[in-house]
Amino acid sequence: MTDKKITYKFWVFALVLIFGVAFSLPSFLQSEKGKKINLGLDLQGGLYMLLGVDNEEAVKSKIKSIASALNYEINKQNIIIDELKISDTSIDFRLFDNLDVEKINAVLKEIQGLEIKNENMHYSIALSAAETKATYDYALLQAVETIRNRLDEFGLAEPTVAKQGDDKILVELAGIKTQEDEQIAKERITKAAHLQLMEVDEARMPMAQTLSQASAAAYGDVILADAKNENIKYALKAIPVLDGSTLTDARVAFSQDQNTPIINFTLNSQGARIFADYTEKNVGKRLAIVLDNKVYSAPRINERIGGGSGQISGNFTPNEARDVAVALRSGALIAPVKLLEQRSIGPSLGSDSIEKSMIALIGASIAIVVFMMIYYGIAGIFANLALVVNILVVVAVMALFGATLTLPGMAGLVLTVGMAVDANVIINERIRELLREGKSIRQSVADGYKHAMSAIIDSNITSLVTAIALYTYGTGAVKGFAVTTGIGIVVSMITAIWGTHAMFDLFMAKMMKSANTRLWFGYRRKI
Amino acid sequence: MQFFSEKKVYDFMRMRFGAYAITGFLVLACIWLLFDRGLQYGIDFSGGTLIQMKYEEKAPIPQIREKLELGGDFQNLSVTEFGSDDEITIRFLGSNDNINENISDTISELLKDTGHFEIRRVDVVGPKVGDELKNKGFMAISVSLIAILIYIALRFEWRFAMAAILTTMHDVLITLGAISLLKIDVNLDTLAAVLTVLGYSLNDTVIIFDRIREGVKTSKKSDLAPIINESVSATLSRTVLTSGLTLATVVILYFFGGSMIEGFSLAMIVGIIAGTLSSIFVASPALLWFNFKIDHYRQKELDKIKRKQEAAKQRALYEKGSI
Repeated sequence: MTDKKITYKFWVFALVLIFGVAFSLPSFLQSEKGKKINLGLDLQGGLYMLLGVDNEEAVKSKIKSIASALNYEINKQNIIIDELKISDTSIDFRLFDNLDVEKINAVLKEIQGLEIKNENMHYSIALSAAETKATYDYALLQAVETIRNRLDEFGLAEPTVAKQGDDKILVELAGIKTQEDEQIAKERITKAAHLQLMEVDEARMPMAQTLSQASAAAYGDVILADAKNENIKYALKAIPVLDGSTLTDARVAFSQDQNTPIINFTLNSQGARIFADYTEKNVGKRLAIVLDNKVYSAPRINERIGGGSGQISGNFTPNEARDVAVALRSGALIAPVKLLEQRSIGPSLGSDSIEKSMIALIGASIAIVVFMMIYYGIAGIFANLALVVNILVVVAVMALFGATLTLPGMAGLVLTVGMAVDANVIINERIRELLREGKSIRQSVADGYKHAMSAIIDSNITSLVTAIALYTYGTGAVKGFAVTTGIGIVVSMITAIWGTHAMFDLFMAKMMKSANTRLWFGYRRKI
Repeated sequence: MQFFSEKKVYDFMRMRFGAYAITGFLVLACIWLLFDRGLQYGIDFSGGTLIQMKYEEKAPIPQIREKLELGGDFQNLSVTEFGSDDEITIRFLGSNDNINENISDTISELLKDTGHFEIRRVDVVGPKVGDELKNKGFMAISVSLIAILIYIALRFEWRFAMAAILTTMHDVLITLGAISLLKIDVNLDTLAAVLTVLGYSLNDTVIIFDRIREGVKTSKKSDLAPIINESVSATLSRTVLTSGLTLATVVILYFFGGSMIEGFSLAMIVGIIAGTLSSIFVASPALLWFNFKIDHYRQKELDKIKRKQEAAKQRALYEKGSI
């Protein structure tokens, strides 16, 4: 039996090595099997968008739909009030009859999350603070969900839709290749698709062209323009009869007479009931079909419309109609989104970047490997082995956690390579020092690791602290950089410290026998 | 193979006044640069539009500029060569926060007579986002500095922490000065570079400090300067090796990494050189400056060991059942 010592460090290193090879392989071979490292958009091309969600609009829209429901109940139960008025954040009305107080309280009790002020039968209703917050949160979640649905219908390979912070959404589309695709995707994503059915205020219609928004509000009206012709204005009751939240489906169809595309929509049972009741009571009046605050048509109600379906016609092109239908059926955005940031990278630029950074990574690695071998001899080869395993494990970990490799991430990887050898440089320098003092090889290796440890740990922890801070507060590029350096530091603690130590232990007998420090440590001991 | 003679102790501390003069001059120069010329914020921070285009032949920059100036209302328009003479970037500030318009179509249309080209990259950043990024970047730097200050103060001593932070700030300042001087665009990548310099410089400083701490504990000398000299000399070959290798990596990145990371690597090159020199010539002398008291530190360490031994003794007694 020789003095070959296989320590637990050896087994840990061996396990790490196997792990690294096994899970980094799919990424290097770009095979379909197994988890691959995600390439950032800067490396594969695509469209990146940061959208801001307009929270206030969500509250406005919530107030509006509460007002619609309230209006419906008040009419149904014959509660007598002066006009229901809405502002951005509140609903106001006054009761005339004491007997109605109980009725209205019962109605209001049904609706959750309200803050009701009642002074002398003068009601002012707003959302409670908790409900407002919940509305904000819901608007964001709903927008993420809706955009995801819309992109699914678009048939793109792997869209990323994620919320960022309290009111932002990050969308990444890797499959976008042409400017036309980009344009379509952008329009689909940002379309609010907010459908409202609104009563035309016939009394005010003649003045619609000249009435200002403020004076219309005094009558409880809004002025909206026609979808095709900005100059045609409609005076509409501000509280919609119905809004898109009751919509269940929307499909493109073709009208029989002109063969132009129209959109058929279907309402859920509650919406259908309200729609039927309303049309029954208002035969002869006009009902405007409003999409994203533009009037598409305002047909006259000829009879009660049961069954809960209707149609939007308005000189759509077939493509437009398809987009609107997709948007409607995947759900309206409660709060409109606005494009805050947009980055698109052509596929050719992406592959250029990969190629160049791979050259840099391989070049730097070769330079380091060769140098370490010349400078430290076999100890340098140990360090090189640890370095290679380090890179493999970083790739493997990133693939497993679905982390994204970006261009700055590549730079981080290159830098990790540079810094990962630092631990071995410190250790090997210490070993040389001890050899110089005349210690035996066995003693020098053991004490070299011991002495180097506090410096390595302190420096690694400070680097790790910076990486964590960068990850926490960084966005995009900075985050990508932090991920690769952070993982690199942690992994190097195992590979560079335990891995190389295990190899020294493995060859200890040979080292002691040959005692050629020049060969083993690149340093000739002067005796 | 080895670089430095083995037992030689270099008298770094005697050089410190010279180093002070040079560092002081450099720091003042950087501060002057930052105030006078300032930083050139890229669109990541200032908000605006950047378009990168590749022509099939040499890009006719004057013609492109003229077409754009005539054809549209772009604020602070700049058209520059990017990497090679067939590739250009067009940059302008965002005039309003409505960025929904399809800018690549507009540009394609305006420039259709200037030759065959391909639009390779379009970045549009709203002003609000830029502000937020600036704040976050500032937060990231501050938080990591504070966290490191606490860590070093706990592991070493508060004077070490102060010296380390002073050094780091020196390096960041020099890097920013270089960024200003070399007119590198400050964008997310450059920020990442500054943050790496911060981490690298600390790494270097901590390793030297570790050796000084060890020297203070083991040496019999009661004067700090010779201990610093010994420690810095002992770590010199490590410092030169690691910095040399890291520098080599970043230089390779600069030459072969493509124009996208040119600014990043240039800032890193300056930062690594500054970080290496400062850990020797700024961090270590700063310990003298802050009046680090050896005897006091040794006494504290001794007390610590005593307390540990006392605790171990107590535990041993307890386990034996004597208490």
